[in-house]
Amino acid sequence: MPDSMSRLVWPLAALALLLAFNAVVSPSFFHLHFAEGRLASPLIDVLNQGAPVLLLALGMTLVIAAGGIDLSVGAVMAIAGAVAARVLETDASAAAAVAAALAVCLAAGLWNGLLITFAGVPPIVATLILMVAGRGIAQLITDGQIITVEPGSAFLAIGRGALLGLPAPVLIALAAAGALSAAVRLTSLGLFIESVGGNEEASRHAGLDVRSTRLAAYAIMGLLAGLAGLVDAADIAAADANNSGLYLELDAILAVVIGGTALTGGRFSLLGSLAGAILIQSLSTTILMAQFGGRSVPVELNLVIKAAVVLIVCLLQSSELRRLLLRTRRAVA
Amino acid sequence: MPRVASTFTCGPSRGVFASVLIVSCAVVAACVFALPGCSKKSSSDSGSDPKALIVGFSQIGAESSWRTAETKSIRDEAKKRGIDLRFSDAQQKQENQIKAINSFIAQKVDAIILAPIVETGWEPVLKQAFAAGIPVILVDRGVKVSDDSLYTSLIASDFVAEGRMAAEWLANALGGTGNIVELQGTPGSAPAIDRKKGFEEGIAPHEGIRIIRSQTGEFTRAKGKEVMEAFLKSAPGQINAVYAHNDDMALGAIQAIEDAGLKPGKDILIVSIDGVRGAFEAMVAGKLNCTVECNPLLGPAAFDAVAKAVAGETLPKNIVVQDRVFDQSTAAEVIDSREY
Repeated sequence: MPDSMSRLVWPLAALALLLAFNAVVSPSFFHLHFAEGRLASPLIDVLNQGAPVLLLALGMTLVIAAGGIDLSVGAVMAIAGAVAARVLETDASAAAAVAAALAVCLAAGLWNGLLITFAGVPPIVATLILMVAGRGIAQLITDGQIITVEPGSAFLAIGRGALLGLPAPVLIALAAAGALSAAVRLTSLGLFIESVGGNEEASRHAGLDVRSTRLAAYAIMGLLAGLAGLVDAADIAAADANNSGLYLELDAILAVVIGGTALTGGRFSLLGSLAGAILIQSLSTTILMAQFGGRSVPVELNLVIKAAVVLIVCLLQSSELRRLLLRTRRAVA
Repeated sequence: MPRVASTFTCGPSRGVFASVLIVSCAVVAACVFALPGCSKKSSSDSGSDPKALIVGFSQIGAESSWRTAETKSIRDEAKKRGIDLRFSDAQQKQENQIKAINSFIAQKVDAIILAPIVETGWEPVLKQAFAAGIPVILVDRGVKVSDDSLYTSLIASDFVAEGRMAAEWLANALGGTGNIVELQGTPGSAPAIDRKKGFEEGIAPHEGIRIIRSQTGEFTRAKGKEVMEAFLKSAPGQINAVYAHNDDMALGAIQAIEDAGLKPGKDILIVSIDGVRGAFEAMVAGKLNCTVECNPLLGPAAFDAVAKAVAGETLPKNIVVQDRVFDQSTAAEVIDSREY
């Protein structure tokens, strides 16, 4: 598909440039070795640290493609960690903790979906309610404290385990990406979502169940946000309700946009969102590792640099701007 | 395209349901999140003694265990002294704190304790309190006002001194030479700026000690871990010590060091600030070397100041809370007596 390929070009080009920059400025970026039974490298760190945003971006792609948005995912992540940590405190098994957390997050996704499809609340408002209230709920569950998970718990394997040298969060994110790609391409789910997001009226007249399609997107989003929250909590062996997932809804939306899915809904690209999420995390890791004259990047510049790179990628993607530039060049010639 | 009926209003029955739902959501949200004076968040902690001192306390929120410990200390001390405490939680919003102070003034309280969320914007409301003759005691953070007499006194830790104490401990433990990486707090926040400054002052006399990496871990465990992972890979084998602006980031860094196959507390020394319980547990386990306390138990000092101010005594403008240094040698003894 040439169309989806062209949308993928820019985030991938930006990613390649970023990696090239690292090859020059911090050569250890590509250093690969084994430590504590798993591959250690800044490249692996990018995937490992980026796993939560990656999971969020996958779900956000479907939600946005169906003509919605979900601002509550960061708060839902905090709820997932809080529920899991509380269940683990009762000496329940890791599986029970994971199941309880995912069930609560699925319910959170369905709550968003029901508010939007059946109560007719605009998506931005409906999910804003859970964004504010959700973090409060997580704080209530944890009493505002950071709840530490016992060092020996099997639950920690989600964040710190490894298989074939790859960290568990990376495998979880890749598995989710694979499963979701299969679900949207092998079943009619992907087609329905694009149709609903592209033209709701036409979809309804064509006999498509618009509500159920939207509801499914939000339910999947809830589950993936829960998974992201579990990865985040297991990674630091603690549920930090105040900070887990904070502002990550914005990173997830950004990843989707960089990946070439339009915020107005319709056509989407899961692969593009993956590239977007990896680009965002590469940028963070690059800033942390970069050295200029023996000094780290001044912390005040972190966000400015991120914004500048994202702006450049978005401008490159804009076909209007490209046309404008071409016209000026022709005029000059 | 005939898109008259918008997506969100379809049919009368759904419209009614939607409006009921939206209104009820809004009411609940408003009650829980907006009104600082709402019954849920505002409560009188002591009995109905008519002669009891009435003190209003405007707290920032409950975003960290440090702040919950501070709130508890002030509430407990008020109860102990039989003071009628009017407590208001601002949910991280300055406008809620200003509303709370206005309502304290209207209630004619005897004194106000304020933990200001930001430094600026307090002039008008402090002027009103001043005009009403109500003394205002600031706790843990200062304000910027044109006239210092608008508040009675500021009770706070000296963040610069905390950074200096951490530096002195670490310089001594390193024997005067070594490479340090620094995990800074949230950019622009007062504790991050001052703890960085104090630490740099503290290591300045030691020429063999260098800060080779410095980035922000935003005061959180997850970011502390992420930054430390990057440092360990960009300067492999070069890092002798970590200085973290708070304990949570140090706890994250400990995990990153373990993941890299090194022994935190031995291969790499770690010093941080705050003195929360998790830090003491890590010290007992031998993974953290030192924490400089930043004491949140300001209740006794705050109400001493209130009592003096109400009695008309003059108070020093700055009351500095004395912070102590704890290392592994004392951690096991004091861990059970830690209240936060």
